Amino acid sequence: MTVMVDIRSVHKSFGSLDVLKGIDLQVRTGEVTVVLGPSGSGKSTLLRTINHLEKADRGEITVDGAPVGYRRSGDRLHELPEREVLRRRTKIGFVFQNFRLFPHLTVLDNVVEAPVSALKRPRAQAVEHAHRLLARVGLADKAGAYPAQLSGGQQQRVAIARALALEPRLLLFDEPTSALDPELVGEVLDVIRDLAAQGITMIVVTHEIAFAREVADTVVFMADGRIVEQGPPDAVLTAPREERTRAFLAKVL
Amino acid sequence: MSSDTLAQAPAAPEIPGPADVPRIVPQRRYGQWTAAAVVLVLLALAVTSVVRNRAFQWDVVATYFTTGSVLRGLWLTLWLTAVVMVLGFALGTLIAVFRLSANPVLRAVGWGYVWLFRSIPVLVQLLLWFNIGALYPQVLGVKTVNLLSPVAVAVIGLTLHEAAYAAEVVRGGILSVGRDQIEAAQALGLSRWRRGRRIVLPQAMRSIVPPAGNMLIGTLKGTSIVSVIAVNDLLFSAQLIYHRTYQVIPLLMVATLWYAVVTTLLGIGQHYVEKHYARGTERTR
Repeated sequence: MTVMVDIRSVHKSFGSLDVLKGIDLQVRTGEVTVVLGPSGSGKSTLLRTINHLEKADRGEITVDGAPVGYRRSGDRLHELPEREVLRRRTKIGFVFQNFRLFPHLTVLDNVVEAPVSALKRPRAQAVEHAHRLLARVGLADKAGAYPAQLSGGQQQRVAIARALALEPRLLLFDEPTSALDPELVGEVLDVIRDLAAQGITMIVVTHEIAFAREVADTVVFMADGRIVEQGPPDAVLTAPREERTRAFLAKVL
Repeated sequence: MSSDTLAQAPAAPEIPGPADVPRIVPQRRYGQWTAAAVVLVLLALAVTSVVRNRAFQWDVVATYFTTGSVLRGLWLTLWLTAVVMVLGFALGTLIAVFRLSANPVLRAVGWGYVWLFRSIPVLVQLLLWFNIGALYPQVLGVKTVNLLSPVAVAVIGLTLHEAAYAAEVVRGGILSVGRDQIEAAQALGLSRWRRGRRIVLPQAMRSIVPPAGNMLIGTLKGTSIVSVIAVNDLLFSAQLIYHRTYQVIPLLMVATLWYAVVTTLLGIGQHYVEKHYARGTERTR
C-alpha cells in the first residue's frame, strides 16, 4: 500500500510555546486516521501543517509524494511561491471546526467557487458536479439557500461538499462536530462515514471516540506535542499501552 | 406609579387562558406625550416663521430654481462629486491595501499618506494646488498655469483629500472580515486576487457602505468649497446671480434646496446598496 501522507520529525512552536515536538506519522492511501488527544496537544496544528496553513519549523511533510509548501533540492526545502502552494493545496480538502462557509454566497456558489476559480473548470460543469455533491450530503434542496439559513449540521455538510468539489486526494477534518449541538453531530458523522466507506484517504481530528472505534483504520493519540501511541482502534481504544492514553480515555468515555 | 393608575388602565386584548393568570398592563408614558407635544409646537412655529417671512422671497427661488446657469452648476457639482468619489475610493483602496501589507515600506507609505492628507485642510490644499505655479512654474516645458485649470485643481485637491479618508473606511471594512474567511479561501486554493475580490471585498462592503454613503453626501456638499477657486459649481452659479441681483437669500435657498434634493436621492440609493450587500445575513428560514 502506498503512503499518502508522510510526516517526518515535524516541529512547530508559536513563540516560546512548543506545539509539535517531533511528529512522525505515515498515513496510507485509502485509510482513515483518527487523531485523538486533549486540548492543546497539537492535533489541530498538525493537521494545519499538512496543508501548509501553518509552516513547520523543522521536518518534512509530503502529501502524495511531494511537500505542499516546498520544493526539495538535495538536503534543502525551498519555499514555493504562493501560486504553487495554492495549486498543490487543491489536492487536499480541509473541513474546519467552525464550517467557515462564505456567508455572502449561496450554498451552490460556496461549492462551485473553488473548482471554477482554482481548477478553471467550466461553470456549467462545476454546477452540475456541485448539485451531485449536495445530493450526496443530503442537501439537494438547499442549493439556493444562504449559510445563515441552515443549521450547524447542514452548514458542516455543505463545507464537506465544498471540500469534495476539488476532488481531493486527501481530506482533513479539524474537529468537524465540536461546534455542533449534540443532536446534529450524527448527521455529519454519517456523511464522513460514507466517505470513509468509499475509500477516500482522510485524517480526522475529533473527540468522538465511538466514531473513531467504528471508522478508523488507525487511531493516533497525541498529548503535549507528541504522538503517545498509535495503532488499530481495538488496540489503542480498548487496551491502551500508555498511561496517558488510559487517563484520557477514562475522562472522555 | 400608584396602584390605582394600574386599576384604571384599559383592558388588554382578551387572550384565552386560565382565569387566574394575571394580565400584563403596559406602563403609561405621560412624559413622552408631553415631550412630543412641545416639540410639535416648536416645529410648527419654526415652519410658520419660514413660510411667512417674505424676505425668503420664495417666488424668486421658484424663478431661479431651474434656470440654465443653476442647472449647469448643479451638473458640475454632480459630476465633480462622482469623479472625486470614484478616484478617491480607487486611490483609497490602494492606500488601504498598502496599510495592511506585510511589507513595512508599503505600510509606512500608506500610513504617511493618510497622515499627510488628513492633516491639511481641504481649503488650504485647494489654494496650494491653485498656486502650484509658484513652486513649479513649468512642467515638461509647459507652463503649469496652462496645465491645471481650476476644475483640474478641484479634482486633484478633492480626490487626494477624499482618498485619505476612503483609505481608512476601506481598511476598516477589510479588517471586519475575519481571518477565518481568508484561511478558508486559502485552503480551497483561491488566488490572492480572487480571495480579495470574491471573498473579502463583498463582505467588507457591509461595513464600507454606511461610512462611504456618509462620505458621498459629505463630498457632494463639500464640493461647494471649489467656489473659492472660481469653479462654476452649484453654489458658485448661485453666487454669480446674486452678485448681480443682490437677492442673496433666495439664491442661497436655491442651492440649499438642490443639495437637499440630491442628498435625499443618494440616501435612498444607499438604502438599496446596503440591502444588496446584506444578502445572506437575514435569517429567513
